[in-house]
Amino acid sequence: MRAPLHILCLGLSHQSAPVEVRERFAVPEADLRKGLADLSSRPGIAEAVIVSTCNRVEYYAAAEDIEMARCALLQFAEERSGLAPTVPDPFYALEGTRAIEHLFRVVSGLESMVIGETEILGQVKKAYAAAAAAGTTSRHMNKLFQRSFNVAKEVRSHTSITRGPVSVGSVAVELAEKIFGRLDACHAMILGAGETSELTARALLSRGVKSIFVANRTYDRAAALAEQMGGEAIHFEECEGRYHEIDILISSTAAKHLIVTQAKLAPVMHKREGRPLFVIDLAVPRDVEPAVNDLEGAYLYDIDSLQTIARQGMEARRDEIAHCQEHIDAHVGAFEEWMQAAPYPPHLTA
Amino acid sequence: MDRLPLILSTFCFLLGFVATVRALKMGRFRPHRFNLAAMGAGFLFQTVFLYQRGVSLGHCPLTNLFEGLIFVSWSITFFYLVIGRAYRLSLLGAFTEPLVFLIQMAALFGPSDTHHQLLSNRWVEMHAAFSLMAYGAFALAGVAGLMFLFQERQLKTRRLGAIFFQMPAMIDLFEANRRLLWAGFMLLSIGLAAATRIPVHPAPAALIWGGAMWVVYLGLLLARRVGPHRLAWLSMAAICSSAVALCAFNHFSQGAAL
Repeated sequence: MRAPLHILCLGLSHQSAPVEVRERFAVPEADLRKGLADLSSRPGIAEAVIVSTCNRVEYYAAAEDIEMARCALLQFAEERSGLAPTVPDPFYALEGTRAIEHLFRVVSGLESMVIGETEILGQVKKAYAAAAAAGTTSRHMNKLFQRSFNVAKEVRSHTSITRGPVSVGSVAVELAEKIFGRLDACHAMILGAGETSELTARALLSRGVKSIFVANRTYDRAAALAEQMGGEAIHFEECEGRYHEIDILISSTAAKHLIVTQAKLAPVMHKREGRPLFVIDLAVPRDVEPAVNDLEGAYLYDIDSLQTIARQGMEARRDEIAHCQEHIDAHVGAFEEWMQAAPYPPHLTA
Repeated sequence: MDRLPLILSTFCFLLGFVATVRALKMGRFRPHRFNLAAMGAGFLFQTVFLYQRGVSLGHCPLTNLFEGLIFVSWSITFFYLVIGRAYRLSLLGAFTEPLVFLIQMAALFGPSDTHHQLLSNRWVEMHAAFSLMAYGAFALAGVAGLMFLFQERQLKTRRLGAIFFQMPAMIDLFEANRRLLWAGFMLLSIGLAAATRIPVHPAPAALIWGGAMWVVYLGLLLARRVGPHRLAWLSMAAICSSAVALCAFNHFSQGAAL
């Protein structure tokens, strides 16, 4: 009677290592097939998957002899990077239950920099598909990764881990959608071509905002940004005359005085006949007079209020981790039971 | 025993409301799930009750305040199922359920159900049925208005509670509010047109009130300067004053107004 296979994970992430260390161990997509073949050919490794993203590099393996496989993984990491990987810092070496649980947490977004983000699931799916195509997965890795995708789906649909915005851009988008519903009929204007306003505008564009006007003190800068975003550049002096055409106003100029005041917007709001106006003031010092928020139909958010909402969203997600863990624990237990009962893979019984 | 469908219906609305509040508190509210099922089941039981009552009376079951309250509840639920689904306003159900629950509880434990006002002819029947359906639509418009104001307040004060991200878009609430007001206005118009065929109206004060409300709602719908905020307030004020007025007329006319 032979011992059952064990699951191992050797890796490092944004939590344990800075980017200059992570990049040394990363396996670029072009190199992945070769890396997988190399890893799976090492002694003790029965199956292997390599997950390499900008925030983590993790080698997963199914092995009969844990010690031998662990050495093989460390050796593989050392040979690739030219650095001796040290455990537990910056590398973590997880075995059995902890390795399985770790993968389930990773795909569910609990180990991500932005908790609950969903991009990681796509990245892990891609990594698994590459390993399956390279023939380095078999029964155990197939079952483990496929189950992890089910876990991620369950966690996302049964908890609030992905709910609520967690960045300034996503807060702006979410609030705009709460006011206007679909954004594909909305027109936006950027005052001042700063980085944050550009990011926010891009976030709005990604949700289908119909058009964007860009106004800047330097017209050429406005024209360049407008071209990048497929918008229309306007002269700064013209912007006041265009307020009635827009639904979302993003302001982030370097002006030392107020650019948008209640007195300027009041007649515009009157003309709009109840159509709301969402004003996002990202500038410090502020561009928009706080009293604008008192106008009926005008909703003003400055950088502090957006950041507070983003922080609250992140806290709410952190609070939800315990609930996600309950789902993960149930699946870890079920997977271990399957491992105990799983018949030995044919290529190892030979 | 004939009240069993009504009791079951009331229980459905209570259950739906409790489940929604619980889900919202835990941050696990999912639109179109239990909430819609509870409203659908409640509506089914309401319909069964009204149908059975109609069969036993031989005409529309609008012969006393008890039946009138159930009819208004049925109308609110009907409009929720039509408008709420069209605008994916499933959370509107969470606001509608307690209202319908309270109306039905008031009906079950409030007015006497022994005295039945005779509906003298088909025009009286038609007038009462369409007018009460109109008030159902206006009540739901008031609920949409309340939701609009609730959401607007959170946005203005920048204190976004757990419920905020589950709420429908404000523009959708405004549109639902307007459409419900139009639906109610049309129904009220039909109800009032039917009233012109009644030789002697059993409750003239209620009829005059209905006419006044028709003018108010017409003004609300046609005024260009009434924005979403004012429309929300006015639709709430209109239905609240109508509810108070109808109860008062009913009290002073010894049930003739229903």
